[in-house]
Amino acid sequence: MAQSTFLDANELVLNMGPQHPSTHGVLRVILKLDGETVTGTECVIGYLHRGVEKIAENRTYIQFAPYVDRMDYVAAVSNGLGYCLAIEKLLNIEAPPRAQAVRVILTELNRITSHLLWLGTHALDIGAITPVFYCFRDREEALKIFENYCGARLTTHAFRIGGLQYEVYDGFEQEVRAFCDMFIPKVDEYEELLTNNRIWVNRLKGVGVLSGEECKEYGVTGPVLRASGVKWDLRKAQPYSGYEQYDFEIPTAQNGDTYDRYTVRMEEMRQSVRIMRQAVDKIPSGPIMAKMSKVVKPPVGEAYVSIEAPKGELGYYVVSDNSTQPYRVRVRPPSFVNLQALDRMVRGGLIADVVAIIGTLDIVLGEVDR
Amino acid sequence: MVKLLKTIFLWDLLQGLWVTFRNQNPKYICTEQYPSERPKVAERYRGAPRLNINPENGETLCIACNLCALACPENLIVVGSARNEETRRKELSYFTYDTSRCMFCGLCEDACPVDALELTQDFELASYTRDGAIWDRQMLEEGPKPSKYLS
Ligand code: SF4
Ligand code: SF4
Repeated sequence: MAQSTFLDANELVLNMGPQHPSTHGVLRVILKLDGETVTGTECVIGYLHRGVEKIAENRTYIQFAPYVDRMDYVAAVSNGLGYCLAIEKLLNIEAPPRAQAVRVILTELNRITSHLLWLGTHALDIGAITPVFYCFRDREEALKIFENYCGARLTTHAFRIGGLQYEVYDGFEQEVRAFCDMFIPKVDEYEELLTNNRIWVNRLKGVGVLSGEECKEYGVTGPVLRASGVKWDLRKAQPYSGYEQYDFEIPTAQNGDTYDRYTVRMEEMRQSVRIMRQAVDKIPSGPIMAKMSKVVKPPVGEAYVSIEAPKGELGYYVVSDNSTQPYRVRVRPPSFVNLQALDRMVRGGLIADVVAIIGTLDIVLGEVDR
Repeated sequence: MVKLLKTIFLWDLLQGLWVTFRNQNPKYICTEQYPSERPKVAERYRGAPRLNINPENGETLCIACNLCALACPENLIVVGSARNEETRRKELSYFTYDTSRCMFCGLCEDACPVDALELTQDFELASYTRDGAIWDRQMLEEGPKPSKYLS
């Protein structure tokens, strides 16, 4: 009888999302459950698909730059940097030192805003409401610097191919320094709220463990990889935009669980402040735009450039056919690749931990679906 | 022993609560009373577009060169020009700007050779309908009518 088979079946299929508040966007996860235990998952993505890579083929190189901000909208500046570096490699030019220093400051600031948004929403998923207010309060200060610099807060379009469009405004250095001084005590404050909190620790320790080997198999990058004990950061491994001049550590942790990913990201924010302090002290003077023709028309060829975005390795592969429009643009988004590991991480765990694991992966669905 | 006492008396939770308590200080309040107090946006803010006019004679600064329309990734600017038979110069006849499709990237502003097109600090562009989202030359020159949220 149909009913008895239903009652006998020990697998329950549950649909989570796409409107679930804890999936950080429009991710749909089909969970297979045995009681409280998750026995399998299936991710359904594509609800936010806009065909960004196809749009690129119908825009000139300069015109496509604002679109990359709309992939990982939480870290728009990093996206812009990756794209600009890829086209600069095709054109065989390099941004002047002054532009590079300002680029480093803004991308590190963007790393902080991205991690703050992650921290707030992740804590909110676990059940701690307070951190989200503090995170957004401090994120606001960083967004004000973006707004003063380029006129937009989220989808900034801050960099142009070959350098910068805008010269820094008066008081930029002071504002960045003030932010650095303000921010370090705030990180300690978040840590005070969460690091020793027994609910936080019990919910995160030993949840979603991913070993370093597994990370490499899945191609997982960014803080998730570093929390598994692999010391890999593209800023050190293949420095771009002058990162080799700055002195900073790559924070790592050993266990590869959700708690370690939290500590790694907290430490990363401190390191970002360290880089910003060094960079702002010695912004070289000089031009902000490389010498290049107004019409961007790279020679036939291809280029792949990857940078360390807040979420992991962000790569741009651009093919040029010597016209003003790219022949093909392919984006390697960190969120999309990291999301693959979700199944491995939640399998065998409890259903309540699924929310914690989606939070800790720090995905942005605009980037997963593109 | 200390650890046990700390566990019994919920020391870790009290530590967190103390942070919350410290933040009660009115110094840390950062709420903006939005419609009654307008936030001051940055000087470079990219908001509602404006077509500048020469303040001395009221004529438009735009020379109808069409560069902004070519620069725009969304192709939402339409510039119309006509040749003035008397002066033999190209003059702007109409100019439309579709604010509903604009992503305020600022490329048109950068392209303009005479700084005629400008993105201003006006940020209140939300509306209930799509009517009136396409701005014509008059609207671009005068700027949007300020909306009233509180009487
Ligand atoms: S701001 Fe960007 S999208 Fe809007 S009209 Fe100008 S170029 Fe086009
Ligand atoms: S670029 Fe400036 S001058 Fe040229 S048509 Fe546009 S607004 Fe007018």
